[in-house]
Amino acid sequence: MIFEVFRRERKGQAFEHAGSVAAPDLAFAEAYAHEQYGRRGESAALWVVPRDAIHEIDDFPDELGRNYHRVDGYSLKVKLAEARERAGTTAGDR
Amino acid sequence: MQERLLAIADDELVLGWRNSEWTGIAPVLEEDVAFSSIAQNEIGHARALYQLLSDDADALALDRAPEEYRCAPLVQLRLVPDWARTIARHVLYEAADELRIERLKSSDDRAVAGLAAKIDREEVYHRLHAQMWADRLRNEPRYREALDELWPYAVAMLDHDQRPELVARFDRHVPSNTVLRSLERGVLVEDWPALWDEMTMVRRSVAGATW
Repeated sequence: MIFEVFRRERKGQAFEHAGSVAAPDLAFAEAYAHEQYGRRGESAALWVVPRDAIHEIDDFPDELGRNYHRVDGYSLKVKLAEARERAGTTAGDR
Repeated sequence: MQERLLAIADDELVLGWRNSEWTGIAPVLEEDVAFSSIAQNEIGHARALYQLLSDDADALALDRAPEEYRCAPLVQLRLVPDWARTIARHVLYEAADELRIERLKSSDDRAVAGLAAKIDREEVYHRLHAQMWADRLRNEPRYREALDELWPYAVAMLDHDQRPELVARFDRHVPSNTVLRSLERGVLVEDWPALWDEMTMVRRSVAGATW
């Protein structure tokens, strides 16, 4: 069985995918993860999860190009700079 | 106390050495890494103990004559490529080691007690590792035979007054005194000279060198 291992470097930080271990059951997976991703003091905590338990979603269709659904849809920076130019001010004037 | 610490240090050094013989040939890769890491920890514990005993830990670890080592016969045995016997030794050793480390933790000598506590925090993972293998191999005839074979070695490894605790933990018979005497610390088994020879080979090749 393959187990995915997530690692938290310091308390309070988010867990990030560290890698995986092959093991016959959870007890072995925990021990192997501990050795592979924890023995150099690089982790404050680990999550060990059977790969089957992870549901991947990778299908994000955007057929109509509705970029206003996305935070990067409008470039506010450019519009703001144009507006400032018209008003004769710069960002540092305020 | 010095003698007890030297005995533990020698056990850890030699068991670490024996376990490292599995590096590259363990049954599965994950185990290879895990068992090698455990072996390295044991040698690290030996190093810390030698440093408590001497300003020249290297000399103490590697410059003695073969008959001056205090390691128990249990750790001297060469067990590759028998994984069942290796795990049986691992399980028995970790249990016996836990008892004596526990005692060191309450030592009056603060340096000793502190180091014992530190060692114990790493040994927790060795014990978990041993236990998960013990659970997995519990009903395997080869593993059971190995436990029977190595059981007297494990009892003989401990000081007399700690032996009953180990016997109680495994709920096994007490080996006869004749058997125990033949497996006690100070006895050197057939496998030992070759290990000593290899372990000290590089040191001896340029005696007195500074590395």
